[in-house]
Amino acid sequence: MSVGLLFDSTRCVACGACSTACKEQNKLPGPVDPEPTARTWTTVQTLEGQNVRRLCMHCLVPTCVSVCPVGALARTPEGPVVYDGGKCMGCRYCMMACPFGVPKYEWDKPVPVVGKCILCTSRVKEGRPTACAEACPYGATVFGTREQLAKEARKRIQESPSAYRDHIYGLGEAGGTGVLMIAAVPFEKLGLRTDVPKDPPAMRTWQVLANIPDFVAVWGCFLYGVHWITARREEVASGPGAGGHGPEGRSS
Amino acid sequence: MNGSTALPSRRLNWGFWTVVFSILVVAFLGVTVLRFSKGLGAVTHLNDTFPWGIWIGFDLLCGVGLAAGAFTLTAVVHLFNLKRFEPIVRPTILTGFLGYTFVILALLFDLGQPWRIWHAIIYWNPHSVMFEVAWCVMLYTTVLAIEFSPVVFERLGWHAPARLVHRMITPLVIAGVILSTLHQSSLGSLYLIVPSKLHPLWYSPLLPLFFYISAIGAGIGMVVLESYMSKRAFGRNLEMELLEPLARAMVVALFIYGLMRLQAINRNQCWGDIASFSYEGKMFLVEFVLGVVLPVAMLSFRRIRTSPSGLVTGSFLAVLGFVMNRLNVSITGMERGLGARYSPALMEYTVSLGLVAIGMAVFAFAVRYLNIFPEGQREGGS
Ligand code: SF4
Ligand code: SF4
Ligand code: SF4
Repeated sequence: MSVGLLFDSTRCVACGACSTACKEQNKLPGPVDPEPTARTWTTVQTLEGQNVRRLCMHCLVPTCVSVCPVGALARTPEGPVVYDGGKCMGCRYCMMACPFGVPKYEWDKPVPVVGKCILCTSRVKEGRPTACAEACPYGATVFGTREQLAKEARKRIQESPSAYRDHIYGLGEAGGTGVLMIAAVPFEKLGLRTDVPKDPPAMRTWQVLANIPDFVAVWGCFLYGVHWITARREEVASGPGAGGHGPEGRSS
Repeated sequence: MNGSTALPSRRLNWGFWTVVFSILVVAFLGVTVLRFSKGLGAVTHLNDTFPWGIWIGFDLLCGVGLAAGAFTLTAVVHLFNLKRFEPIVRPTILTGFLGYTFVILALLFDLGQPWRIWHAIIYWNPHSVMFEVAWCVMLYTTVLAIEFSPVVFERLGWHAPARLVHRMITPLVIAGVILSTLHQSSLGSLYLIVPSKLHPLWYSPLLPLFFYISAIGAGIGMVVLESYMSKRAFGRNLEMELLEPLARAMVVALFIYGLMRLQAINRNQCWGDIASFSYEGKMFLVEFVLGVVLPVAMLSFRRIRTSPSGLVTGSFLAVLGFVMNRLNVSITGMERGLGARYSPALMEYTVSLGLVAIGMAVFAFAVRYLNIFPEGQREGGS
């Protein structure tokens, strides 16, 4: 059973308590940046008069985890998608690949690391809510299991259908995410990507990668076969007694 | 051996190029210091919205692709047993090896923490295309080094190891072809994961195949261009009787590739983008007409193919089209999806050009001191 967050845009007043709480909890230096950066893992933005949080969606099948060549990103059984700065070599493929554009980088540092919300992994492991959910005075960010949150979101939409769009963002996006969002306006108006595929993007590469062992075997046999035939042909052509097979030294 | 008549036999002006080279190397060293003391942001136009620039688009994607001549030619000579191509194998393997070294050096600039490049060896993630590319590039660079080593052994007079490599050549070449097939196509697979970001003019489930076939085409194109440049620089003849059939193979590869690209565009219903001359449409047209249609059309004519200048021009266009394709996939096609424009910083160009220049200098050095080109073909020779 994995946990996540529900963000309700209609209840958010953009007080920024979540951003500040996140900075404190995760000991991130500097002031809260206007947009997420490697040192500000969550921000609140106001677009079209609506407030919306930016943070990692904690995908059920995370694209970032699938692309990281050194396994610096991983999904924990509890749900948080975590980052190990000690493994990361800084290829930034996770930034390219994340369908929500979440991971950020320390461009100004000679020894940079990636920064992104880690769903307060240590707190979640102890069964406590995330710092941002605890800090939210208006119930705009609530913590719970994904099932609970989906139910709560549905309830809020059903109780006041005029106040919400009938769309729970994150239920189907990119194969489903741990963070869910509901709002009064279409999500693209809130600067969220609505072009993300429904199937987890990771499956598209896995379909190719999974074939590699078979491919190596078949291609290897084919190439050796070609070599065998051409070498044999040469042997036959050069008559009996000529033991030539394969390439001899180069003749200039 | 006199296919060179149509080419100007003017030698390169070494003095001028030495000055250019020196300036470039000094600038390159300066940027290197800045890059490692101040971080990526200080020398590049990369940022959180546009994290990959020309060091990936040009240095990695083009560097690997243009070195594809090595695996193609070793397969032709050692597996298909077409021994007459043997004289151009050595320079091709050398360029391949230098090309891959160039790629790895460029990656050391691009990675945020390059001193951890070996992490890919100990921390595994077989679900990652990048992981697969890392391993293949590592292994294939080793294969190229071994394939090239007899040249060095010969020079040192070590005959036993040279013979050993000759005996192992078949499995080596097969391993090289397999590794190349895997990572050449995987560079395309890198972009399979961004269906919502890469423009549909370039996105396709067939990206790995596109990258593979176009690399073969461009790899052959590079073999022709290299022969031409060596001819100009070192006063050698252009081996027309070898290069002409290679050009034919290139035309076939490019033709198949072109058809498949058109079919993908048809499936993605992108004709509108082309017809409306959108930013992406224009960039695609330049790439495709200049880099695929034109070289295929030109080199289909025997007359053009057998004339050195026609052959070189056609190959040049194919290589240019290849480079444009990789830049379009990695930059043009991503700009709209990422919501940002990117044009490389001067210092990014400096690093890329500096590395190319150093690679060429090493090539020239190797040609002078090692037996790269077959004897008896030097200008004025038999
Ligand atoms: S939103 Fe992006 S960074 Fe967060 S888990 Fe999903 S793929 Fe990874
Ligand atoms: S930047 Fe780091 S975390 Fe992201 S994919 Fe590369 S190695 Fe993994
Ligand atoms: S869950 Fe934790 S890490 Fe993520 S935004 Fe909230 S406070 Fe920050």
